[in-house]
Amino acid sequence: MSTTAIGTGEVLLEVRNLVKHFEVGGGLFGGRRGIVRAVDGVSFAIRRGETLGLVGESGCGKTTTGRCILQLESPTSGEILFEGRDLTKVEANELRAVRRRMQVIFQDPYSSLNPRMTVGDIITEPLAVHGIVRGAGARRDRVRDLLRQVGLLPPHAARYPHQLSGGQRQRVGIARALAMEPALIVCDEPVSALDVSIQAQIINLLEDLQAELGLTYLFIAHDLAVVRHISDRVAVMYLGKIVELADRKTLYDDPLHPYTRALLSAVPIPDPELEARREHLVLRGEVPSPLDPPSGCVFHPRCPLAEDRCRSVVPELREVKPGHWAACLLA
Amino acid sequence: MGTLLDVIDLQTHFATRGGVVRAVDGVSWDVAEGETVALVGESGCGKSVSALSIMRLVAAPAGRIVGGRVLFKGRDLLSLDEDAMRRVRGREIAMIFQEPMTSLNPVLSIGRQMTEGLETHLSMTPTAARARAAELLSMVGIPDPARRLGQYPHQFSGGMRQRMMIAMALACEPSLVLADEPTTALDVTIQAQILELMKSLSRRLGVAMLMITHNLGVVARYADRVNVMYAGKIIERGTAREIYANPRHPYTLGLLRSVPRLDEPRRARLDPIEGQPPDLSRLPGGCAFAPRCAFRVERCVVETPPLRPIGGTGHVTACWEAERVTRAREPVGEAR
Repeated sequence: MSTTAIGTGEVLLEVRNLVKHFEVGGGLFGGRRGIVRAVDGVSFAIRRGETLGLVGESGCGKTTTGRCILQLESPTSGEILFEGRDLTKVEANELRAVRRRMQVIFQDPYSSLNPRMTVGDIITEPLAVHGIVRGAGARRDRVRDLLRQVGLLPPHAARYPHQLSGGQRQRVGIARALAMEPALIVCDEPVSALDVSIQAQIINLLEDLQAELGLTYLFIAHDLAVVRHISDRVAVMYLGKIVELADRKTLYDDPLHPYTRALLSAVPIPDPELEARREHLVLRGEVPSPLDPPSGCVFHPRCPLAEDRCRSVVPELREVKPGHWAACLLA
Repeated sequence: MGTLLDVIDLQTHFATRGGVVRAVDGVSWDVAEGETVALVGESGCGKSVSALSIMRLVAAPAGRIVGGRVLFKGRDLLSLDEDAMRRVRGREIAMIFQEPMTSLNPVLSIGRQMTEGLETHLSMTPTAARARAAELLSMVGIPDPARRLGQYPHQFSGGMRQRMMIAMALACEPSLVLADEPTTALDVTIQAQILELMKSLSRRLGVAMLMITHNLGVVARYADRVNVMYAGKIIERGTAREIYANPRHPYTLGLLRSVPRLDEPRRARLDPIEGQPPDLSRLPGGCAFAPRCAFRVERCVVETPPLRPIGGTGHVTACWEAERVTRAREPVGEAR
């Protein structure tokens, strides 16, 4: 199967035809029975050391895709090949070892850190559980190193999460992920809850760590400017599907899908003179319910270019130009 | 255009276990009739508390307005009795919040919530109020308004709820709308719709707007003038064009430089503002931004800089070293 990986380099993660449906309704309180097609046939690959950005608006399935990769959700169908093994088929006892190799950084560091544990304990716990570092003294040393690596100081180990600022808490979240010596880190909106002045600190840190440790990132976010900054390649999702995938420069300079164009046009730029001159392509309507996605191309009800055939024909994600994939009949 | 709202030396304090927090610490700003003014800053800078203070909705007893004046059409809102103030809220000054779901009553129909203000403030009959509510919903682009009036907030999407909040805010034809992060909870394509809607309505109806946000892009697209807040104080003010083209406070400059921009070539590295946001219960002496400031000199940690004019067109900055603060990055050429 040809995949949406380009260039050379070893593929670390490959997602093939990932589908995740949720059943809703029915049950005790009734409600309309139905299937939410959260992820509906998603394929991509990430090479070792690469950052793939996954962008889209809320409900597009980007977070569910990440959770399926992390084995926090079991996919309805599809394959997830990580370091050559299909995670949908590995045994439960093997999964623990695999999980070590992929870690996650969440949006809100406050709700993902145990408020009753000190920073030191938060970082030490996985070291002990997985038997990565044995002995309390060795673990203390490792915590000190990890804190330094993420730009914190040894005294921070004795603090509790509520005693830290948002940026410092996110650094703790990163240190906890690094403790496992992962190959892949799924970053799910890692800076969107942070103040503007702090976001850049965390992004620079993530880039430094990648260069230093050879990490691979799946960077899930809705902020298109942040994604352009950090990603090598970018995939755009809409209603459970990837609608466009290309290297960063191509995607931002020459977007092929009308949805990508609309997204880029909607981002306000911090320059009043430029904003006054700029033409704004405002999409009509809202994202349809994934319970009942539109026929044909799921974007057609909002698409400014839609033709008759868009209502009936489902556009496949195809390689329109070398390395530039788009799911649009008109691309 | 005359001055509609004139906030003079407003001070709002909160009593906390850690001591008194000066959330709003002697802030002065104004809004002219029909103008859109932005209050920009990061969490905890005092921008939302400023708006709540104007509406006199600061949560007592912890929060208290301890000084200043809020002149609205010449009357000091801080000296009004509660009855008179209630007539101002919603009728003359309306407010739009970030998360519409928390400011709507989940067990009352949309129609009931919209007609309440029309009946109390404008003494409309229930029938007339309902007709007006339907008209307002259709004005903000909600299709099939008559049927929608019978629905409940949970049956509306986030974008629809925010449209409805805008409709409610405009219901009594106020002359000022305070919008606190009105689009922060929304997706970018819906954000664009809502902001375009607010802009066209405020122009058409001549409503002045105070836009409270942390999003520098939103400010650039919609505001006439900008106030930048840090640690309870306004540290820079000017026209939007002036502030963005020629920021003269290190914090404003730092904010503008720290965000990646889609219109510029990708930078190899972002330039963050170093350090952490200040703890308002333990502010250092002198300029609150000094610990994070690259332009800091000795004077900054001793003496708090007042707002002073720099350049023309009402541009003011609270920085001793403002003359040295200029955009280090050359603007990208016109031939883009």
